[in-house]
Amino acid sequence: MTDTVLADTGAAATRPSGWRGIAADWSSDQRAFKNVSWGKAMMWIFLLSDTFIFSCFLLSYMTVRMSTTVPWPNPSEVFALTIGGTTIPLILIAIMTFILISSSGTMAMAVNFGYRHDRVKSAALMLVTAAFGATFVGMQGFEWTKLIMEGVRPWGNPWGADQFGSSFFMITGFHGTHVTIGVIFLIIISRKVLRGDFDREARGFFTSRKGHYEIVEIMGLYWHFVDLVWVFIFALFYLW
Amino acid sequence: MAQAAVAHVEGQQHPIKLYLVVWGWLFVLSTGSYLVDYFGLHGHLRWSLILLFMILKAGLIVAVFMHMAWERLALMYAILVPPVLVLVFVGIMVFESNYTLFTRIIFFGAGP
Repeated sequence: MTDTVLADTGAAATRPSGWRGIAADWSSDQRAFKNVSWGKAMMWIFLLSDTFIFSCFLLSYMTVRMSTTVPWPNPSEVFALTIGGTTIPLILIAIMTFILISSSGTMAMAVNFGYRHDRVKSAALMLVTAAFGATFVGMQGFEWTKLIMEGVRPWGNPWGADQFGSSFFMITGFHGTHVTIGVIFLIIISRKVLRGDFDREARGFFTSRKGHYEIVEIMGLYWHFVDLVWVFIFALFYLW
Repeated sequence: MAQAAVAHVEGQQHPIKLYLVVWGWLFVLSTGSYLVDYFGLHGHLRWSLILLFMILKAGLIVAVFMHMAWERLALMYAILVPPVLVLVFVGIMVFESNYTLFTRIIFFGAGP
């Protein structure tokens, strides 16, 4: 059986673009996503469903915050850290934001080097991404510990509305889980890249499509999504 | 046959410089949104700045890092339009929470 290469980009060039392109792509009784492999399309669709999950969390946070008669704790003060005698508002969260953005930058370059078949650079950049991600989770662990020590619980906290704790643990916990899963998969994929599984066209877990570095890009999509979610959490939960 | 086509254009190939520029912009925008809090801006100015920085950052990540800008419109709309519809849900929940707050104030007394 021939190994169909679904990542073929040749067909797309001759197809109509714009609105006409959408109609032609979706109505053709074939694949709707012409030049995107099933792996990439499925990752996008998974990310879309994940978007809805995080949307529901942020929406329920908005709802409890808008409907409570008790004042909401001031995140700027709750997440402030005292470093060397001066209290800086929200500093830990800012550092975490920069770390996650940096990890997205290294991931984007890892994808690039993957497509250039530069195995060592691609794997190294993925490992750097994983290290940034692990640092992020570590800092989140620190943040959780600090807040729990200060008496924040899902059912109450010393500063204001009880719903603060449940929203905080649910939203950041779910996001942290995503980061952790991402770190694990980054390590798995970078090991495969470094070993040359995609060059040797080895078959196996996540490499069943032979000789393609596209899996690095798919991994990248997931990782950038984790960063993307953090952008919304940072803005809506920490800054609002 | 297909193999040959792939050899020419495999996946998304863009200059590294593009990623570095976007990376830089994300840093600038994040610093901006942090400074909103640092200087303690209030009211509509604060909210609009937070949302502006958020949208710009999200746009850069999706468009460049996730390569959405180079995908066909069919995928772009399939992925980007549904999340926009979440705004309808937001609208519904704003009404709902205003009503809840109203009933709480009416029946339980003191408001914010």
